[in-house]
Amino acid sequence: MTATFQSWGLTYDWAWFIATIIGILVIALPLMLAVAMIIYADRKIWAAMALRRGPNVVGPFGLLQSFADGLKVFLQETIIPSAANKGIFLIAPIITFTVALMAWAVIPFGPAAVLANINVGLLYILAISSLGVYGVVMSGWASNSKYPFFSAMRAAAQMISYEVSIGFILICVVLWAGTFNMNGIVLAQKGHIFGIINGFVFNPLLFPLWVMFLISSLAETARAPFDLTEAESELVAGYQTEYSSMSFALFWLGEYANVILMCTLNAVLFFGGWLPPLDIPILYDFLFTAGITAFFWLFVKIAFFFFVFSWVKATVPRYRYDQLMRLGWKVFLPLSLFFVVLISGYLMATGHFGGQIA
Amino acid sequence: MIQTIAFYLFAVIVVASAVMVISARNPVHSVLWLILAFFNAAGLMVLVGAEFIAMLLVIVYVGAVAVLFLFVVMMLDIDFAELRSGFVKNFPFGMLIALVLAVELIFGIGAWQIGGIQLGLAQGAGHMADAHSNIASLGAVLYGQYLFLFEAAGLILLVAMVGAIVLTHRERRAVRGQQNISKQVARRPDEATVMKSPESGKGIEL
Repeated sequence: MTATFQSWGLTYDWAWFIATIIGILVIALPLMLAVAMIIYADRKIWAAMALRRGPNVVGPFGLLQSFADGLKVFLQETIIPSAANKGIFLIAPIITFTVALMAWAVIPFGPAAVLANINVGLLYILAISSLGVYGVVMSGWASNSKYPFFSAMRAAAQMISYEVSIGFILICVVLWAGTFNMNGIVLAQKGHIFGIINGFVFNPLLFPLWVMFLISSLAETARAPFDLTEAESELVAGYQTEYSSMSFALFWLGEYANVILMCTLNAVLFFGGWLPPLDIPILYDFLFTAGITAFFWLFVKIAFFFFVFSWVKATVPRYRYDQLMRLGWKVFLPLSLFFVVLISGYLMATGHFGGQIA
Repeated sequence: MIQTIAFYLFAVIVVASAVMVISARNPVHSVLWLILAFFNAAGLMVLVGAEFIAMLLVIVYVGAVAVLFLFVVMMLDIDFAELRSGFVKNFPFGMLIALVLAVELIFGIGAWQIGGIQLGLAQGAGHMADAHSNIASLGAVLYGQYLFLFEAAGLILLVAMVGAIVLTHRERRAVRGQQNISKQVARRPDEATVMKSPESGKGIEL
């Protein structure tokens, strides 16, 4: 897109700047819409599993429910507790929201549809997701209230614990793909099994890692059954207890943007991202153009994983905190470490490494 | 031009937040300023083309070390007056360290000025071959040229970690709530429950 603007007579700097701003808006605005719709979908799925009807009043089938909620929240007053640390209290939700959007810069939506096609894409995702904990910790501390503070402590410990095993799982994927670039990882999955099935998940060595990654991503986004940071029976609403109106909504939006991001990562790292499930030429461009078809496949995979997330939330009871820590440190960490050794050993033995390093 | 603007933005924020780290009254604010400084330093690293180091800086320092810092500082009950009283006492020592750092910086820049070392130049001696990414180049150096030193450093860290765990580990016995998960999972319904079907009108003996 930069080249187009340059051809209109802009200097490279300005062309790049405008193209990047447009790219950010093209990703961020549909993402916000997707968050609104996915909150609705979450409530509908959850309701269906509990044999209820869910939101069904605002708009056709209740489709506009999230927008009505957003409007309500927007019109409310922002209450700042008198004992709160005002500056940090206000910055915390903004950080949560911003960080949730930042990671989308490196997600490949199609063969050429990436905002920042950097060669440390996966490391960037890890770096940004490790920032996510600050919004929660800062809000919990700045609220100057007991339950939010407990929640912040829990969140910090939980996210750090699961980041360790997520790191090891990602290392296995990177070892197999031979690159940190997100698009490179997607392309490495093309025809991975017998030259016909796309996706690392069908690889017997990587399948257990995907299971661990799915569970870790539930823990990383603090979704049920690992939503101990906002366990309503213990901590009122956790770190959000003292928040109201838009500052509360920013937490909500950031949380769901993170959930969609984790679904996308599941799709990109293990299910072939924008590749169709089978490596057959007709599946690459049966919808208008190749780009739209690629986005369609990614969208289907994200929707599937979001359904799994909702499904888990509707059916699985919450973990106790010591069980959560046990799972992270005593089960996932040794297992993922073992798989790093196993997979690198297998790749060395078979000479699978594709001439990446000099 | 964009790079220049970005450089001045990052550099000003790094310096300003570094000043705030030592001048903030509240220790938690200090840690948060420190995190901002780390993050913007990572931005500077990206600008000089060291994207791998930048990402590591964010992952390791911002994502792990600073969270633990924050964790500890948030739980401390700090007497601010006492904290301030040490300022005058430690001032000369602090100035000495600042002086040493300044002298090192001057020597470093001086050596670069007269051409003793080449840094940050595309043609400089420190520049790696163009064909490889940062990660591939670093990997080739760490796991090729300096393999032994790298492994030795890893071993020392492992020993340190084991040492820390051994020193702080306490054997806890007979504490309420201790459970053996594998034992619980291995338990079958027929060992835990008994099926009785008593005749009507008669009691049940357990």
